[in-house]
Amino acid sequence: MSDLPKNSNELIEKIDYNPSKKGWMDVPVEIRKGMYCYASNPKSVEYIGLPNARPWNPLDDDWKLPVNWKEIVHNAFKERLDRFRSFKVFMDICVRCGACADKCHFFIGTGDPKNMPVLRAELLRSVYRNDFTTAGKIFGKVAGARELTMDVLKEWWYYFFQCTECRRCSVFCPYGIDTAEITIMAREIFNLLGLNIDWIATPTANCYRTGNHLGIQPHAFKEMIEFFVDDIEEKTGVVVEPSFNRKGADILFITPSGDVFADPGTYTAMGYLMLFHYLKEQGLNVTWSTYASEGGNFGFFTSHELMKRLNAKMYAEAKRLGVKWILGGECGHMWRVINQYMDTMNGPADFLEDPVSPITGTKFENAKSTKMVHISEFTADLIYHGKLKLDKSRNDNLKVTFHDSCNTSRGMGMFDEPRYIINNVCNHFYEMPKNTIREQTFCCGSGSGLNAGEDMELRMCGGLPRANAVKYVHEKFGVNMLACVCAIDRAALPPLMDYWVPGVGVTGITEMVANALIMPGEKERTVNLRDEPLPGMEE
Amino acid sequence: MIKCMFSLTVVIILAVLAFVGAETAGFKAQFLFGIAIPYAALLIFVIGVLNRVIGWARSPVPFAIPSTCGQQKSLPWIKPANLDNPTTTGGVFGRMFLEVFLFRSLFRNTKTQLSEGPKISFNLEIFLWLAAIAFHASFFTVLARHLRLFTEPVPSVIQLLEKVDGMLQVGVPGILLSGFVLLAAVSYLLLRRIIEPQVNYISLTQDYFPLFLIIGIAASGILMRHIFKIDVIGAKQLAMGLVTFHPTIPEGIGGIFYVHVFFVSVLLAYFPFSKLMHMGGIFMSPTRNLPGNTRAVRHVNPWNYPVHTHTYEEYEEEFRGKMIEAGLPVEKE
Ligand code: HEM
Ligand code: SF4
Ligand code: SF4
Repeated sequence: MSDLPKNSNELIEKIDYNPSKKGWMDVPVEIRKGMYCYASNPKSVEYIGLPNARPWNPLDDDWKLPVNWKEIVHNAFKERLDRFRSFKVFMDICVRCGACADKCHFFIGTGDPKNMPVLRAELLRSVYRNDFTTAGKIFGKVAGARELTMDVLKEWWYYFFQCTECRRCSVFCPYGIDTAEITIMAREIFNLLGLNIDWIATPTANCYRTGNHLGIQPHAFKEMIEFFVDDIEEKTGVVVEPSFNRKGADILFITPSGDVFADPGTYTAMGYLMLFHYLKEQGLNVTWSTYASEGGNFGFFTSHELMKRLNAKMYAEAKRLGVKWILGGECGHMWRVINQYMDTMNGPADFLEDPVSPITGTKFENAKSTKMVHISEFTADLIYHGKLKLDKSRNDNLKVTFHDSCNTSRGMGMFDEPRYIINNVCNHFYEMPKNTIREQTFCCGSGSGLNAGEDMELRMCGGLPRANAVKYVHEKFGVNMLACVCAIDRAALPPLMDYWVPGVGVTGITEMVANALIMPGEKERTVNLRDEPLPGMEE
Repeated sequence: MIKCMFSLTVVIILAVLAFVGAETAGFKAQFLFGIAIPYAALLIFVIGVLNRVIGWARSPVPFAIPSTCGQQKSLPWIKPANLDNPTTTGGVFGRMFLEVFLFRSLFRNTKTQLSEGPKISFNLEIFLWLAAIAFHASFFTVLARHLRLFTEPVPSVIQLLEKVDGMLQVGVPGILLSGFVLLAAVSYLLLRRIIEPQVNYISLTQDYFPLFLIIGIAASGILMRHIFKIDVIGAKQLAMGLVTFHPTIPEGIGGIFYVHVFFVSVLLAYFPFSKLMHMGGIFMSPTRNLPGNTRAVRHVNPWNYPVHTHTYEEYEEEFRGKMIEAGLPVEKE
């Protein structure tokens, strides 16, 4: 664990948005405790077949790289320039106008100038100039070029693991330069050298083997869900009956495994179970899968190839079970992958049918090629057609605000569906200030595989802008619940709130839906899924 | 600061070179600065830009990764953001139009401030957008106005443009707004780069150089028109000579003219190797020029290759016993 200052003001005092006078190329990197994640376990690296599996420590001088590491980097760089127009164009056209500079939550929360998106990109661009451009080759440092050295590589590693690939910078850039894309390339290159972090490598290996990040084996996965079933019965009197790996189901449901494992995500998982049970009589025929028991995809934080290898399970399982289409749970980067990569990588999914809601008959035209629908789209449609009996007042103890996840925002554009649901399941909803929501939303600070324990200071710094906006509505309207549609958020936001805005909880949308949902045959509901008394039911 | 002074020095040297050459070395130097270099620069510009753009085009776009800056098109009763998250070709054109002509994304710019509390606030920061728009618009107006030197008869659009540009109707010859707006806007962009700590920190030599060069172009242009009052007929003769491929060097246009032409030549030749290529790049930016219909229409990756996956069969093989025990269905008992 890092030595996070108990008093959050200590972090604030360190922040200065005016960089030093010294040129950035002359400031060597200092890999600081609390700001980086531990190196990967060689076993995980080996399991997924990535090169240079060995124990290593970022704090050591010697990173135990292959002898020809410079050549590997150069060739990998070139290969990516040839394969990705995005990368090539983004290397060439930045005018350094600085519009993106103060848009990154890591810059806002640390004041470290190398966390300005433009400078993050320049770390790579400087070497690009040196290796691949005429001007850089001739004029060298005058043209902003520099040679790749071990110090430069360490600087890359430190700062490309201080980017959560949130794409906020790309919204403000006049050319749409997306630093996330550059970070993705940098991390691909790191993986060719064996410079992975464990919080990404091990979940990835787990997911590859067991189907989910936590390495839960099939029988245990089922047991955990059955535990929820008991819990739901206790609280509502209704026995829900989920099924697993069932052929003959119409719909395959996939959600991040984090929600099966840890609070408060578990309440959202119970929410799914209740919603599906509620809809069963109306014709919903859905199955879970233990093989594809992970919606999230930490491969995305490793390389395009590994993203594809993990994602492939979704279509493979849908095909094996013979379902008609796939329904996806609340998750952020899972949805970036589904929305912008899955069909291209592992499609076409021509063995599936165009998704149609069996309850409302709505055709999800926007998903007609991937055949995968977001639970919020699905639920919003149900509510719109009056298919859910809801008692909003059961959420009256909540004053809710909504955190747009980076990925569902800037990699999808899902803004109004969750808001529509929230407004239909609770009475008190307040938006955070407008420069901090929707496409301008701030990252939780822990995305893209950075939600480890040892980099807690980094996470608290990165989450500061988000937390500060919550603080604003907390103080102004008494907001006490932060709703989100992302499993990483549900894991990352609670400590963030405790640190910056104590007194604000975190919930998934479907948890709120389930609390408001009047289940047929339910007993008198006195507590919510968290075992807290419902409003009016307090002793 | 060194980077800034270095760029300034280079631009001054370029100016002195052209001025002294044209004033003292006579016809030979005038031929060089008035004919040879402009032709060479134009050639470099055309070939260089084409080369760059073709280079970009050679790299495929494997994934459709638009930055979705507005509501997606999903359920029929939810209003999609047709320009910030377009799903149709028309929508993408609209988005690109806004980006190219109105700098849509830059318009969102805010300034982040941290104050007591702590309170983080995001205030509208419109000046970068304003200066950038003013700069580019006036630059293109000036450019278009120059066509009067390269055409005979001068097209009526250009004459009209000049009328509008000179609407202040002060001075003889009349003051043209665009030149002064250009100078003011570029000066603001330069000052901002020097004064604002963050922008100063990220700036490289090649960020100052075009600014000084453009200041040089605008300043020498204004000087020619209003102070030195050079021989415009001669300038036009030279320009017409260049475009009709019968280059001539008329007598006595004055050194300042050659400085102006030399600056422009340097800008042209410098263009393809620099960040000025953003003009072409913006059209090819995959976060802006692709529709957000990625779940409705499949995007094809030309180099998509097969990968190793952990198949269901392998999975069941490893866990079959436990699965059967837990009552999970299996393929092979
Ligand atoms: C499609 C056309 C173009 C678009 C959309 C465009 C857009 C922009 C934007 C948004 C900026 C950032 C604002 C700034 O830092 O000043 C910029 C900067 C700049 N543009 Fe363009 N531009 C275009 C064409 C050109 C052309 C043809 C030139 C040729 C001279 C040019 C020269 C510059 C220069 C020198 C800067 C840097 C200003 C600075 O350093 O602060 N642009 N452009
Ligand atoms: S906003 Fe875009 S062009 Fe401006 S500095 Fe950032 S990345 Fe470069
Ligand atoms: S993608 Fe997000 S974290 Fe990365 S540089 Fe841009 S704003 Fe910062």
